[in-house]
Amino acid sequence: MTSIPHPAASAAKMETRRLEIRYGAKAAVKDVSLTLPDRQVTALIGPSGCGKSTFLRALNRMNDLIPGSSASGEILLDGRSIYAGHLDAVELRRRVGMVFQKSNPFPKSIFENVAYGLRIGGLSDRRELGERIERSLRSAALWDEVKDRLAESAMGLSGGQQQRLCIARALAVEPEVLLMDEPASALDPIATAKIEDLIHELKVRYTIAIVTHNMQQAARVSDQTAFFYMGELVEVGPTEQIFTTPRQQRTEDYVTGKFG
Amino acid sequence: MSVASRKAVGAGLTLLTGAAAALVVAMLAVILVDVVRGGAGRVSWEFLTSAPEEGMTAGGIFPAIYGTAVMTLLMTVAVMPVGVLTAVYLHEYAPPRSRMAALVRVAVTNLAGVPSIVFGLFGLGFFIQFAGGALDRALSPPGELHYGRPALLWAALTLAVLTLPVVIVATEEALRAVPREHRDASLALGATRSQTLARVVLPQALPGILTGAILAVARGAGEVAPILFTGVAYFLPELPGSVWSQFMHLGYHVYVLATQSPDVEATRPLLYATVFVLLALTFALNLVAIAIRTRTRRKAAAGH
Ligand SMILES: Nc1ncnc2c1ncn2[C@@H]1O[C@H](COP(=O)(O)OP(=O)(O)O)[C@@H](O)[C@H]1O
Ligand SMILES: [Mg+2]
Repeated sequence: MTSIPHPAASAAKMETRRLEIRYGAKAAVKDVSLTLPDRQVTALIGPSGCGKSTFLRALNRMNDLIPGSSASGEILLDGRSIYAGHLDAVELRRRVGMVFQKSNPFPKSIFENVAYGLRIGGLSDRRELGERIERSLRSAALWDEVKDRLAESAMGLSGGQQQRLCIARALAVEPEVLLMDEPASALDPIATAKIEDLIHELKVRYTIAIVTHNMQQAARVSDQTAFFYMGELVEVGPTEQIFTTPRQQRTEDYVTGKFG
Repeated sequence: MSVASRKAVGAGLTLLTGAAAALVVAMLAVILVDVVRGGAGRVSWEFLTSAPEEGMTAGGIFPAIYGTAVMTLLMTVAVMPVGVLTAVYLHEYAPPRSRMAALVRVAVTNLAGVPSIVFGLFGLGFFIQFAGGALDRALSPPGELHYGRPALLWAALTLAVLTLPVVIVATEEALRAVPREHRDASLALGATRSQTLARVVLPQALPGILTGAILAVARGAGEVAPILFTGVAYFLPELPGSVWSQFMHLGYHVYVLATQSPDVEATRPLLYATVFVLLALTFALNLVAIAIRTRTRRKAAAGH
């Protein structure tokens, strides 16, 4: 288990205040106020359908793309609303990157996958692209496995490699926050362990929020854990405390496996 | 039902469906054998490269091949941008449950059901009389008809309208086949919608869009009714000099040879040979198209 965050030591990188997200008339996230401390890992846990993915997608406005969804309340990045005029969704998503549950590399080469966000941002210098891509692939612990086959299709990689490629692709644009929605749920234990090690290394530089169904995983990788239930944030606290001495009965029932 | 009668019904159905399938193959075989036997021997380099002579009882069909090719090319150039852009609007930009999109879809469906002779009349009324007439009033000396008469361009545009639904439907299908996950990945990396369209969606949809182009060409090259009033000529001693000229056409030439010849016996070998060329061209076109499609598909799958 990792160190318990010190509230005074880490500023809020992102924060929601009384966030509510609806699909049509139905609220999927209700009154959630949660802080993501700078350069720490926050695990979001809770049973299926409790709103974890919805909450995560709201943080980089990917949820706004879903027809019929609407949000109220506040979402802050570095203390400023992500809906304020200084930031549009495109700029926000470059600062708040995302890794999806199902790995989704483009049907392009490994190189072009990682280069995608950089090219979009206007970078075309081949040498600089090469350097940034190497750095991203190293950060995603994938470089040694793919350095001789960068021109090959990403579709030829294994599932675990594809997911790390997606992480590299997200890291290449140098975001400040990384949102991960069950990034290891489709992977075998070895690939999962690699992703978890990776998260440990990444939190030195990035603020991370990770949704997971796996209690051991949440306990292994996170500093802070938030338990969601039926769209509400039931309890949030240092990971150790949530797993050993939760304050709420429902949290205890969930983390001890009484329901899920 | 007893075992025996169940078996009998099963065997009967197998026989019936098999016979229907065999009938289809047999019909195609009869057509092919007849056309190849009657036409293949008469096709020569000279036949392909010379003009009809002596009241169409001798000579070749080059002007008809040329006219068909140029008309189909013009049609493709006209229909592809409009069709692809319409499909992109429908699938990528129109808001869900948009009235406008629903209207366009109804229009496309109905357009696809209009008999082709009606397109001919439409081309005559809209392109030749309305558009051509307006151009003449603006540009030609009074009393002269330069644009408001049948021409290669008007025929190609008429066929473009006819084949528009094919391109729109195929393109929309191709766009629909691009996984939502790839669009999301692009947007989450900070790409705009138009960047996502240009760099992720359209490249993946390209094989499907090419399929649409092929279907449009295959349909447009063979249609005769829409060009009857809008540009095709019975016989022309010269090739069309510009898009404002009339032209000869393989399909129409078959009709002319079959019905207008002064000497049926003398024309028959020419007729067979012309049909043979028309079929060979269509098959060749399809083969080229399939080859392009397979290659793009393979490339897309390999991800280069
Ligand atoms: N695109 C959507 N449209 C409508 N309802 C949705 C959509 N996505 C999720 N929901 C609903 O919102 C609730 C929360 O879903 P989700 O955020 O996916 O939960 P989790 O990730 O915790 O499993 C569920 O009741 C789900 O049915
Ligand atoms: Mg989820």
